[in-house]
Amino acid sequence: MLELQNLSKSYEGKSVLSDVNLVVPKGATHALIGSSGSGKTTLLRITLGLIPLDKGYVKINGQALSSFTPIEWANRIGYVPQDGGLFPHLTAKSNVSLIASLRGWGKAQIDDRVEELRKVVNLDAGILEHFPSEMSGGQKQRVAIMRAAMMDPAVMLLDEPMGALDPLIRRSLQQELKSIFKRLGKTVLLVTHDLGEAVFLAEQITMLHEGAVVQTGSYGDLSLRPANAFVTQFINAQRTLPDAAVLQ
Amino acid sequence: MTGARVSIAVGIIVAALRRLTAFVVVAAILALAALTPAAALAGEPVVIGGKIFTEGYILGEIGAQAIESATHTPVTRKLGMGSTGILFEALKSGAIDVYADYTGTLAEAILKQPNLKSLDDIREALSGLGLTMSGSLGFNDTYALAVKAGFADAHGLKSIGDLTAIQGTVRAAFSYEFMDRKDGYPGLVDSYHLSFNPQNVNRMEHSLSFQALDQNAVDLIDVYSTDAKIKKFDLRLLEDDHDYFPVYQAVWVARKSFVDQHPREWRALLGLEGKISAEAMLDMNAQAEIQKMSFDQIASRFLGREAPNSESMLDKIASRTREHLWLVGLSLLFSVIVGIPLGVAAVRFQAAGQAILLTSALIQTVPSLALLCFLIPVFGVGTKPALAALCLYSLLPVVLNTFTGIRGVSANHLENARAFGLTRWQVLFRVVLPLASPTLLAGIKTATIVSIGTATLAALVGAGGYGAPIVSGLALNDVPTILTGAIPAALMALVAYGIFELIGRVMIPAGLRRGR
Repeated sequence: MLELQNLSKSYEGKSVLSDVNLVVPKGATHALIGSSGSGKTTLLRITLGLIPLDKGYVKINGQALSSFTPIEWANRIGYVPQDGGLFPHLTAKSNVSLIASLRGWGKAQIDDRVEELRKVVNLDAGILEHFPSEMSGGQKQRVAIMRAAMMDPAVMLLDEPMGALDPLIRRSLQQELKSIFKRLGKTVLLVTHDLGEAVFLAEQITMLHEGAVVQTGSYGDLSLRPANAFVTQFINAQRTLPDAAVLQ
Repeated sequence: MTGARVSIAVGIIVAALRRLTAFVVVAAILALAALTPAAALAGEPVVIGGKIFTEGYILGEIGAQAIESATHTPVTRKLGMGSTGILFEALKSGAIDVYADYTGTLAEAILKQPNLKSLDDIREALSGLGLTMSGSLGFNDTYALAVKAGFADAHGLKSIGDLTAIQGTVRAAFSYEFMDRKDGYPGLVDSYHLSFNPQNVNRMEHSLSFQALDQNAVDLIDVYSTDAKIKKFDLRLLEDDHDYFPVYQAVWVARKSFVDQHPREWRALLGLEGKISAEAMLDMNAQAEIQKMSFDQIASRFLGREAPNSESMLDKIASRTREHLWLVGLSLLFSVIVGIPLGVAAVRFQAAGQAILLTSALIQTVPSLALLCFLIPVFGVGTKPALAALCLYSLLPVVLNTFTGIRGVSANHLENARAFGLTRWQVLFRVVLPLASPTLLAGIKTATIVSIGTATLAALVGAGGYGAPIVSGLALNDVPTILTGAIPAALMALVAYGIFELIGRVMIPAGLRRGR
């Protein structure tokens, strides 16, 4: 279970996050959605322990971030950066096993875990020896998920997981991600600006606007019972394709 | 990349390199200490200098052998050190004890009193600088103007005054020293009321001007009156009918403290007064330049001694290779262990960073000869000033590429690494250095190639290396000798290039070489 309680953060007197609350129950997939400037990147960094918070708590399974060392926290939260964020100088396998080898895992243990995860994300074995510059967007995303899951963290945090993919790959990977999350059985928080992605992957959505939570609920809650005009506006703005009939 | 994220990255690296820096300082001090000649601690050898032209080498060698045979004191030869300025600085600073110079040069270029004519007057003026000199060695090597014999006949040239007829068209190449000395070119045109076309008057390294004359690139050059090349190229000297050129009697110049502490050695040198006639000198110059005899053989024959065994060509190249490798290797080590932390500091501290980059760029613009000249008072002559100059020159590529390489590491990778729980050291060694390695290595490669080339100038301050045959070959106008230095230097640069390609294969991660 991931809990963000009463999170507040301001930079040079300007409030970026104010009193944010968010709970992702164990095994659930939750989306945090907001446009750029909504504070979602700051929230993501605080959750990863990269920047300090002014007020509030980040907790995993009831234990606060502040009671762990950075390494202990990193073992509990697997991070998939935007576009995968793979290190270009390492092969897929080295990217996946970097942290484990730094923690002193043996070769056999690493190989077993990599193989296990490879099956979960459905990656061709040959790709493991490739460098990021030789992989497709979808392959990079799978490898990045393997890397995040390597230390068997309680929580997975994904930043714009579909951001840079083209629409067709997006569609097939989206389907696949859903089953990967299911197979992993992790508590997942997605950070995205794409409502379609959020709706497809997550059961619950939290909408962030100007540093504050506007509404939390299912897609049905947000579209049928919007908390305010901004929610409706945000939902409508996502429908970008015009009606074909209008064009003729 | 935001400033905050850069400073996180750099803070990590700075911490990593802090200990390294302390180690480097100690290592550098030890290295410099090791360079001090061991002989200086055993019985002090006499250090004899020599100017960078044939006669300078021969006189230096004659002086050295005269001391050796009379006293058995070891003599260190620092021959081919450059022109008057460098020799004089070296003498004053104690880097050399004695060298041969000319009265006219001493009066004009050193004492700045061109009116001093008699040896006694000059000796007295030198005394104010803590220096003294011998009597004349027996010949006057003055400036003269020379043309090819055929050119002289074609234009009916006998004396300098005859140049007036062709002053608008004659093409001249004069040495830098001749052009800048009051008793050289400026006074000459005054005295003879000559007005050459300024576009036809070139400044040229003295030893190259003979080549230029021989190939008809120019018609008129300045020479020394005992220069063997006058014979070799069949040149005609133009008569100085105004008695314009001052007298250049060859003399030994030494520090008074040296004369006091080494009376026997000084007496051996004084024994040469009046012994070298103009004919003898011209002959010896010709032996060196035309018959290609070695300087030690010429000096031995003149002094009636047995010629010392000379090294074989392979031995010479091997020992020059050692000297050259030593110069390049040590300066490279310096540029890596000082340049990389400086590059890191340049990323970390913005204002100081600009100052560091600007300073290392400025050093690069100082001409190498000038830099060597500045360094002699501090480091003396020999390997130390040469190393110091090479260290300074190889700094810029390393500093600049370290700076550029680290700045080029994406802030996202640094932040991700921290999110994955990597420690500062792990971020440095697993992420920052591998990602910056192609740029860093390219900087070190550039520094190496530049320093292999620049190290050939080290011979000018007596540090040896491949520059030694280049410098003496230039003085002798002897292309094969020049090539025995130039070709190995070029080969060394090629080998270094190849080695760095291999190092790149090993050190640069494959993912950064393949693909983008």
